[in-house]
Amino acid sequence: MVTIEDYGQYETAWCPGCGNFSILKAVKQALVASRLEPHEVLFVSGIGQAAKSPHYLNANLFNGLHGRSLPVATGAKLANPKLTVMVESGDGCNYGEGGNHFLAAIRRNIDLTLLVHNNQIYGLTKGQASPTSAEGLVTKAQPEGVSSAPFNPIAVAVAMEAGFVARGFSGMTDHLSELIQEGIAHRGFALIDVLQPCVSFNKVNTFAWYKERCDPVSRTYDPTDWEAAMKVAREWGDRIPTGIIYRNDRVPFEEHVPVLRQGPLVGREVDRVMLRNMMDGCK
Amino acid sequence: MRDDTMNVLIGGEAGQGLVTVGQLLAKSLVRSGYSILVTQTYQSRIRGGHNSFAIHTAVDKVIAPQESVDLLVALDAETVALHQGDISSGGLIVVDSALEVDGDSFLQVPFKELAQDTFSNIAALGVVGYLLGLEQGLMATALDDFFGRKQRQVLEENRRVLVEAMAWAASHERSGHQLPKIANPVQHLMMSGNEAIAFGSLSAGLRFCSFYPMTPATSILLNLAAQAKRMGVLVEQAEDEIAAINMAIGASFAGAPSMVATSGGGFALMAEGVSLAAMTETPLVIVVAQRPGPATGLPTRTEQADFEFVLHAGHGEFPRAVFAPGTVEECFHLTRKAFELAEQYQGPVFVLTDQFLADSYRAVPPFDVEHLAPVKVGAATAGSLPYKRFAVTETGISPRLLPGLSRHLVVSDSDEHAEDGHITEDLSVRRQMVEKRLRKGEGIRAQVVPPEMDGEQDPDLLMVSWGASKGAVQEAASRIRSGGKRVATLHFSQVWPLVPGQFMDLLESADTVVSIEGNAFGQLARLIRRETGFYIKKQVLRYDGLPITPEAILRDVSR
Repeated sequence: MVTIEDYGQYETAWCPGCGNFSILKAVKQALVASRLEPHEVLFVSGIGQAAKSPHYLNANLFNGLHGRSLPVATGAKLANPKLTVMVESGDGCNYGEGGNHFLAAIRRNIDLTLLVHNNQIYGLTKGQASPTSAEGLVTKAQPEGVSSAPFNPIAVAVAMEAGFVARGFSGMTDHLSELIQEGIAHRGFALIDVLQPCVSFNKVNTFAWYKERCDPVSRTYDPTDWEAAMKVAREWGDRIPTGIIYRNDRVPFEEHVPVLRQGPLVGREVDRVMLRNMMDGCK
Repeated sequence: MRDDTMNVLIGGEAGQGLVTVGQLLAKSLVRSGYSILVTQTYQSRIRGGHNSFAIHTAVDKVIAPQESVDLLVALDAETVALHQGDISSGGLIVVDSALEVDGDSFLQVPFKELAQDTFSNIAALGVVGYLLGLEQGLMATALDDFFGRKQRQVLEENRRVLVEAMAWAASHERSGHQLPKIANPVQHLMMSGNEAIAFGSLSAGLRFCSFYPMTPATSILLNLAAQAKRMGVLVEQAEDEIAAINMAIGASFAGAPSMVATSGGGFALMAEGVSLAAMTETPLVIVVAQRPGPATGLPTRTEQADFEFVLHAGHGEFPRAVFAPGTVEECFHLTRKAFELAEQYQGPVFVLTDQFLADSYRAVPPFDVEHLAPVKVGAATAGSLPYKRFAVTETGISPRLLPGLSRHLVVSDSDEHAEDGHITEDLSVRRQMVEKRLRKGEGIRAQVVPPEMDGEQDPDLLMVSWGASKGAVQEAASRIRSGGKRVATLHFSQVWPLVPGQFMDLLESADTVVSIEGNAFGQLARLIRRETGFYIKKQVLRYDGLPITPEAILRDVSR
């Protein structure tokens, strides 16, 4: 039986009070609750403080380039669909640098769980605006305040009818862990946008700011109702809804692809007779 | 015009079916036992413009394109205007009888009558086939194979047009273009450079290919996609080239031999991924089919100007190998070799071609694919425990386990990492890791395909070339040689790493050395200078978008 100890405990490079600590804990809890052993799991991450998270637990890991974790995860999952593939990175990585891949991942609907640490700021590069920064937020790079409208990942994902769209908050660890567990169990692409404070560089969206606003959707809320979900997805103010905002049962990409119905790509033999026959077609 | 070789050029607008005629004629020639070399030129448009499909064919092996045209099939007036000047003495121009032309070199064919408006291209095929002396039955079979899947009616009408056109040609006899008959021809494959790369990759064990369409690389992916299901290969169109290379890296990391194929502009987007493959020591084959740049350049033409770019693409320092096939056979075998090296040395390996070779059909002997082994993926054992993905070794090669296939955890990082793959800022580890990665370069060097030397020792003239120009350079050399000069060629099919010991003696023994390249900088020549100090002053450079031909070389060399 897999336990939380199997996932290890490591020293981190994060500031005390960073939301990443609780997210890391929630991730480990979710993996244990999903009965996954470390070697069955592959984490793919990009660049940023969030992207370092998988270094602090035991699992397979590919820590790639800024913004490119989704394509790497896509390739790895298609090569070996038996792997449970988790993608973990920040708001800048996924919604900024990797924006095109975010859209494509929703369209493909490959069985990946995307965890976005969303602190509405760039931490690693010390405090520039991120795609989710509020309009008007003043930073050293945006001294007159951010002039672009913030990206709403939940609304975009719901609009595109992503298979699983959820929002969590690092201050609600058990709730977040359940969301991650549900995301892993979901067959297809799952987005979990996780709000978290950045204690060093975001002095507006603080722990208290989120805590005051984050509010789980009611028990009677039906996440399969797309129109209701669109409404909830746009809610952002005194109340910020958390929980599973939308879900559907779109068939995942892997089940569409005939080649993958024959099993993983990894370890297959080359059918040399078939190849010879196909090359004879050039005669 | 010689009687055992013919250069047939079919020209017309895009949308007239000239590629169909060209492929059918080429196929009929190959099946009749002739050697062929196809040069395709086309414009970046779907309809209109001027396109051409030239088939240089002969009884003996054809190795180079030819500029002069022995048989011109002009499907429009513009083709006549553009190519009339290229007609060899005794050459013939086949045109529609509706076209107003004057002179003995024209054969005016009532295409509309023969083809009832719809199958003019097949009527042209019939006439040319007859002129070359091809058998009607063989051509009809080629038609059947081509249109096999289409409606029966279309097939029958095409056949009827072919027969009528051949009969018409017989009754309007124009002799002098028949190729000598080959009894009991050996069956060859008709294959383009891009097809050979696709087949080479399948033979090596390709499992995953992600791409974003870009001329002239696209047909590699189309060939793979057509065979993907039967060969158990996943071909995925990515959202952009950045995604394509990162997907391929992910798939390869997980254990699927992977390849991407693109051209200069797409490759520019992949550059960061090249560096990632190197840092994470992930095997990856990257095909770059060159076309003229900068930027969008001439999207459908050919050039050899991205060599320096491919050689240096990707930030940081790491070993790489760059193959530059000179023939369709080399496209197959060097692609296989690229997979072997990528797997063995765990990093990016390049196959650098160009539009000319990519689209050039040739007659090639069948490959012995049943006896060509695919690459072995990953290490059999973890080595010393606990498992360290980036264990420092003498060769620089660490045991590559595949994630999820054992209880060992596989950790890779684009950051500098320790032996266990985790991020580190320990600067002594950094130094160790740089040296470990670079040591793999020594192994790559030891396996370099030596440049091919051909011709006289201590030559008066040595011609140095690389990639797709191989045949043209060898053909030019043989013509200069027949003029009494001592000539040799030095051709590189692997352009990186260079091993000076393999070629310096020849360079230094020649009276005159000339480099022949499809770019404006003389990129190989300046690399040789950088690596060896040897300065090749004389250069024949072509950068007008057309392939290097023996004629172009002779014009410049004699200057």
